[in-house]
Amino acid sequence: MNEPTLALVNPEYHGLSRIADRAAWALIISGMGIVLIYWLGNYQTYSVLTFLLSMVLITTGALWLYLLRYRRIPAGIQNNGIWHDGFTSRGIAGWILSLVLTGFYIILYWFPHVIGYGENGNSGLVKLFDPLSYFLKGSRASQWFVYGVLYTWTILLMGVRFIIKYRHVKYQQWRTLSVIFFQVIFAFLLPEELTSLNLPFNDFKNIWPLNYYFFFSWHIDEMILHGTFGYFVLFWGIICVVVLTPVLTYFFGKRWYCSWVCGCGGLAETAGDPFRHLSSSTLRSWKVERWLIHFILIWVVLMTVMVLFTGWTGRAEFLFLNSYKLSQWYGFLIGSAFSGVIGVGFYPLMGSRVWCRFGCPMAAILGVWQRKASRFRITSNGGQCISCGNCSTYCEMGIDVKSYAQKGQDIVRASCVGCGICSAVCPRGVLRLENASVDIHQRGEIIRHNKI
Amino acid sequence: MSVVIIGNGIAGSTAARSIRRHSNAEIIMISEETEYPFSRTALMYIFMGHMKWDHTLLFEKSFWKKNKIQLIHAKVNRIDTSTSCITLSGGENLSYDQLIIATGSNPVIPEQHWIALRGVQCLYHRADLIQLEARAQCGIRHAVIAGGGLIGIELAEMLHSRGIPTTFLVRENSYWGNVLPEEESFMISRHIRSMGIDLKTEEEIDRVEGLTDVQAVITKKGEKINCDFVGITMGVHPQKKLAVEAGIECNIGILVDEYLRTSDEKIFAIGDCAELRRPAQGRRAVEAVWFCGRTMGTIAAANICGQRKQYKQGIWFNAAKFFNIEYHVYGYVPVRDDTTESLFWMDDAGIRSIRLVYDKQSCKILGFNLMGIRYRHELCEFWIENQTNLREVVTHLPLANFDPEFSDSFEIEILQKYNQQFNDQAFLLADRRLDDVAKYIRQKQMQ
Repeated sequence: MNEPTLALVNPEYHGLSRIADRAAWALIISGMGIVLIYWLGNYQTYSVLTFLLSMVLITTGALWLYLLRYRRIPAGIQNNGIWHDGFTSRGIAGWILSLVLTGFYIILYWFPHVIGYGENGNSGLVKLFDPLSYFLKGSRASQWFVYGVLYTWTILLMGVRFIIKYRHVKYQQWRTLSVIFFQVIFAFLLPEELTSLNLPFNDFKNIWPLNYYFFFSWHIDEMILHGTFGYFVLFWGIICVVVLTPVLTYFFGKRWYCSWVCGCGGLAETAGDPFRHLSSSTLRSWKVERWLIHFILIWVVLMTVMVLFTGWTGRAEFLFLNSYKLSQWYGFLIGSAFSGVIGVGFYPLMGSRVWCRFGCPMAAILGVWQRKASRFRITSNGGQCISCGNCSTYCEMGIDVKSYAQKGQDIVRASCVGCGICSAVCPRGVLRLENASVDIHQRGEIIRHNKI
Repeated sequence: MSVVIIGNGIAGSTAARSIRRHSNAEIIMISEETEYPFSRTALMYIFMGHMKWDHTLLFEKSFWKKNKIQLIHAKVNRIDTSTSCITLSGGENLSYDQLIIATGSNPVIPEQHWIALRGVQCLYHRADLIQLEARAQCGIRHAVIAGGGLIGIELAEMLHSRGIPTTFLVRENSYWGNVLPEEESFMISRHIRSMGIDLKTEEEIDRVEGLTDVQAVITKKGEKINCDFVGITMGVHPQKKLAVEAGIECNIGILVDEYLRTSDEKIFAIGDCAELRRPAQGRRAVEAVWFCGRTMGTIAAANICGQRKQYKQGIWFNAAKFFNIEYHVYGYVPVRDDTTESLFWMDDAGIRSIRLVYDKQSCKILGFNLMGIRYRHELCEFWIENQTNLREVVTHLPLANFDPEFSDSFEIEILQKYNQQFNDQAFLLADRRLDDVAKYIRQKQMQ
């Protein structure tokens, strides 16, 4: 059979589409420009129009960009050039982004007046968000409201990007829809709605010990003050720790929380996706991870026990421990510096899960359940692994997946958040996330039994 | 005991690791190519920017020292079987009690003067990748790939990732038409073209023009293709030079018995370079495949450690990826064979297909050929090994599915094909669950 020669199609995009790309970027940059001018000019006017204009420009630009970019490329793994691009491979652009993010968090946590938060009235960046704040809850914005909006909005936009990027893997799409849903409804709209109803701010999916102040006396007092609702919050919080966490983790692994529900996970999976391959997968970093995360777990447990002890007895000191100091330092070092500044600021340097991997005490608890009492595992398909290393490279938790897969072993690791990207990037389709009670040894026994 | 392994590919590395698991022998692994063992199949991903060099190492660098496996980065010049000793390029001599030759393959290179032109190269060794990268840095305006195997399509994908216009010459009338059944072969051909690759079938290089650098390729049909890069991917053949010079019996490759021992009692040959004296029926004597190399590594190691294990070729399997389409094969899937028949299903987009090959007379399952769909190795093998009836397989097909959770399911389509073909009214008897797979296999064994 003689087939006609097709006209050559240069796979790289040129001409018109590149112009469209630039136009999309122009929208994003002008939107950001408006925000920046408003902030640096320290404007104090209440302007719905400015707010809407900037948001619409950035949103349209971003969505247009993804649609353009991924429409040109057929569905499949899109990792071409990741390690050639300085932005995604710790180049100068990556470092600059990291500095900007880190700086933003430092300002947010400790110098909110820099972005315009004032005791008597806002200006600048915080002022820009006043219209939305009044619309949602009838009061002016705080720096935390601004942060909440930006956070949710980032998850939304980058979530759409992720869904388009992995449009050939349904697991990835459902998972991303889930984190978007939980962020928008449970972490953002519902809590803001509660405050507008004069009820205490509460994120129902923020479980102790990630929500480290859950057992603090001011929190418990506040809840008790609010009667039935407050008692429900306390009851639900305890149910989450005692029942929901172990039961769901038993059936599905820690992924039910870390890559389907959690807000930190949500940001890591969406905004952090371009940087997921920067997580180190050396044995050394695994060791550091285990020491650090369990140290923080012990700290948070000790702190909680001490705080309850103080609430009960009125005594702050026990042996060498002081409940106020413990919680003060935890709030500063872990609650703010680690989870925020380092957790997100270091995305472009250490990968998207720095906090989840090295710091999060909730992840530590889920990890213990996952390791000791869970059906979740990643299985390798027979002897098909070619040791290429894509799975280990793209594991955001820095698990050396390959080292298990090439031996045909199940992967049962405390840190695995079940994002499923190892399975997606595997060029031989070797990996699958499973909830099963048989492990590879039992399966091996069954097969070998057959051969005798 | 001292074991020397020549070659640090997957066969050699697996052998080294397995020997260490069973014994305290001194293990020395020598490679001319790289200091640390790496995954050859991953070379393409370095060029494409998916990974860096260190990601492709089989194990962390510290692994080898921890396991007391000595790595030597040098060329072996000579094996002296009479004194049981090898000579390195530096002149150093190493004596061995057991020697494993795992030198792998070399690319097939046509004996033409134009092969020396700048811009003409193969893709096999790490050096080839470095050469290609250098060429690409200078800018490739048009590339021609000659030879349509797995390395050919990998090279096409690599060039495509950098936006280099590429012409791909294959000898058959569709891509890999000598291995894949017609429908699959045409499917992949369409997919290659949809990527913007200029796939020319029933074409070969006649000659290459150029003074110092390549300028154009003239094909057998007489077409002239201007280009500044030519990739030669015409297959591989065993690298047996050392063995031949040492007087070890060779044919296409280094001849080995069931224990992977060569004609010299102290010397084993494994992986791509080994040729089985008595291959299993319907199987080739040289199987230059990653998985075979790895299995051979464990078998040679067992024999060196005194366990006497035979290498069995077992049920054939292989996997690859053609741009975005994953490919898996289990068992016997012929291009054409009148004693077999198959159930075949392909999706509308033409990027996914399932083929179940069965014996025409007995209706026993013989093989699975999958495109864009993942199936469980253990279950497919179990079915083939136990000569399971096609009806049994089709009604339990969901058990075999290995696609990620929430993926579309196609088992019902296959079942419908079956019902049509056999005028049957069978229905699905199983679900996609790993626990059920284990239960199913156990149950079948009881019967």
